[in-house]
Amino acid sequence: MPKIWSYNFGLPLAEPEIVEKETDILIVGGGMAACGAAVETVRWAKPHGLRILLCDKAAMERSGAVAMGLSAINTYIGENKPDDYVRMVRCDLMGIIREDLSFDVGRHVDDTVHCFEEWGLPIWKQDPNTGKTLDGAEAKARGLTLKGGAKPVRSGRWQIMINGESYKVIVAEAAKNALASYDKAEYIERCFIVRPLLDANEKNRCAGAVGFSVRENKIFIIKANATLLSTGGAVNVYRPRSIDEGKGRTWYPVWNPGSGYAMCAMSGAKLVLMENRFVPARFKDGYGPVGAWFLLFKARATNAFDEDYVAKHKDELKKFAPYSEASVVGTCLRNHAMLIEMKEGRGPIFMHTEWALQEAEKTMDKKEFKHLIAEAWEDFLDMCVTQAGLWACLNIEPEKKPSEIMPTEPYFLGSHAGCAGAWCCGPDEDWVPEEYKAPWREIGLYNRMTTIKGLFCAGDTVGACGHKFSSGSHVEGRIAAKAMVKFVLDHKDYKPTIKETAEELKKEVYGPWYRFEQYKNATTVYEVNPNYLIPRHIQARLMKLMDEYVGGTSTYYMTNKVMLERGLELLRMLKEDMELAAARDLHELMRAWENRHRVWTAEAHLLHILFREESRYPGYYYRADYLGIDDANWRCFTLSRWDPETKQWTLETYPYVQIIPDPLGP
Amino acid sequence: MPSYVNPEKCDGCKGGDRTVCMYICPNDLMILDPEAMRAYNQEPDQCWECYSCVKSCPQGAISVRHYADFAPLNGTCQPMRGTTDIMWTIKFRNGVVVRFKYPIRTTPEGSADPTVGGKEPDPAKLNTNQLFTEAADGVEPKKPEAVLNKVFPCIQKTMTI
Repeated sequence: MPKIWSYNFGLPLAEPEIVEKETDILIVGGGMAACGAAVETVRWAKPHGLRILLCDKAAMERSGAVAMGLSAINTYIGENKPDDYVRMVRCDLMGIIREDLSFDVGRHVDDTVHCFEEWGLPIWKQDPNTGKTLDGAEAKARGLTLKGGAKPVRSGRWQIMINGESYKVIVAEAAKNALASYDKAEYIERCFIVRPLLDANEKNRCAGAVGFSVRENKIFIIKANATLLSTGGAVNVYRPRSIDEGKGRTWYPVWNPGSGYAMCAMSGAKLVLMENRFVPARFKDGYGPVGAWFLLFKARATNAFDEDYVAKHKDELKKFAPYSEASVVGTCLRNHAMLIEMKEGRGPIFMHTEWALQEAEKTMDKKEFKHLIAEAWEDFLDMCVTQAGLWACLNIEPEKKPSEIMPTEPYFLGSHAGCAGAWCCGPDEDWVPEEYKAPWREIGLYNRMTTIKGLFCAGDTVGACGHKFSSGSHVEGRIAAKAMVKFVLDHKDYKPTIKETAEELKKEVYGPWYRFEQYKNATTVYEVNPNYLIPRHIQARLMKLMDEYVGGTSTYYMTNKVMLERGLELLRMLKEDMELAAARDLHELMRAWENRHRVWTAEAHLLHILFREESRYPGYYYRADYLGIDDANWRCFTLSRWDPETKQWTLETYPYVQIIPDPLGP
Repeated sequence: MPSYVNPEKCDGCKGGDRTVCMYICPNDLMILDPEAMRAYNQEPDQCWECYSCVKSCPQGAISVRHYADFAPLNGTCQPMRGTTDIMWTIKFRNGVVVRFKYPIRTTPEGSADPTVGGKEPDPAKLNTNQLFTEAADGVEPKKPEAVLNKVFPCIQKTMTI
């Protein structure tokens, strides 16, 4: 029976209650960086009686990028030097990073990994007698710990293998226990912070943030002395390769809409290297990780005709020297070689799991080989179950058949192999050059503070400091948290005053619902209404235009000035239409705000690509009008700032300073 | 469709203090129909197949039917997550079944000690670059072995738009 106005409503929207809170330290997010911040901040805040509040959009036990689990910790320095870690990061990110920030991560990160182990994360070890692999539980039973000097199982120079299904559960547990142990600390789950609040009296000063509950009709207006944006990267800004229900199977978590980038931008904080993106080459469609296959199992990838595509294009890659000359060819350059093969019709690209495993079988007895197969499956089951499921659906036994790999749609992140994010202060130490201190002289040199006084970042939101991964994000949260305590003590007399009234904030945050109520009866179907768009429509238009004009998969990541300017025109209209979003239930209100964050992130990305007149990251994106890397002019940072008063963006170049001497890579 | 709920097994967590799948879903997808006392996935095309709901459902009522875009039917991965291990049963489309068991944690649930054995830093060390564990243990963070601090020349450009 046909019905007008049919919609399966989720939790109903209603006139919201306004909850006003005041705290000293506000932590936004609940992932690895936020959990690190929680653990660290309690220890330093407690002696001074400072208040702490953490707001997570989801449930901390399974929120953020590590929600599903991980099969490796990608940053553990161990026997290496932090100096070489910096070299690795700068080489992979094509020569432009903030080496003070990266070094800071590198020198502290092992401490955080030791905490994980203490809390119960199983970390693989080498048997000290035989050199063979022990899983994390066996190793623990034998009293082998990293802190006690036991050797981890390296899958690469910086990576160690774990049994990480419950990685996030364990890390969140420590964070929640820290907050629960202190009577002035609190956490609220299912509270989605949508933007920071600026101070009414002091220019360029963050006074807290506003958000809403995804479970009840409540708006949270939070006054804070220091605010940490420890949110995730940005996903589904570009049209994904799978466009029906498969669009949920993004490589990075689908619930990351770039909130941190957007929230920095809309409050006037400077962003850096927002042209940077990550296009991971992953197992096709399931997006299972390839790292362990390349590094641990020593698998080879080839084109359709069994040719090694990286070796084949060695001469082509020489164009990108010195970045192509390092001991490990940069991630984007490996993509570049793969894309040539795909464009010239020599796909699909295969990961030869079967060759690798058959080779390994020659040196193993039956039991050992069975164990190896279990390890291969665990790599997916720990962090990308879909890929294991896809093997089952396609009848792929990895020891018998190869699997396709392919570059995905673009993603934005500051913690994995990318470096988009906020322009943040580093450690105030004598070895850090003045260029990396000067921008903060006026507002104070506090580690991981943005260019807005009192607004801090950690994890995916910190720019120019990639390759932190899960452990580095956690430790960066800790670094920021300690600096925030110091900041609050140094600004004890500060009284946050919010520019907007509570009523104005309510109208803004719940705007999409008011709009729906006002106009819902203008047609017989909710979804086609001349007065509004629902969040799904806004996202679809964003993904299409980013894909077509700003170097998505459909143009093989290629764009140019004219395409970008046309894209910007369309994006600006979308930004206007975004103000006309309607939400029918609490879930859709969350989507409406997430898509605002996506659109802001997209705008920053587009402008940065337009500004940088070269192709710094071949394999991730290309400016067809400026192919090639122009180190003479463009080995520098690009900074952008949206001015909340003039509503205009200004972009500028800023010099890169090499702190750690050559060689370029380790 | 990503995660789906077996109506014969789901009881809406009526005996518990919360609907577990709804509590845990990182993307706010699982929701309880209070009349039917059954949960469902309210936006299947936003499901990451992270299995958080599958692993935590007390009735074992949730499974995954992999994405229709690219996964042929009848391959499944079903976990049984305990307090120390997880057991996976993987059924192939062609009927092959494999099982794997992995450790998930080495300490009792709930025991993660955020002070890592009672480490309390001297509050005066707030002015150092030591994290609380390093301050408590007297570990001095490293500095670069050598410092170049070479400023690279670059194009001077600004753009307002």
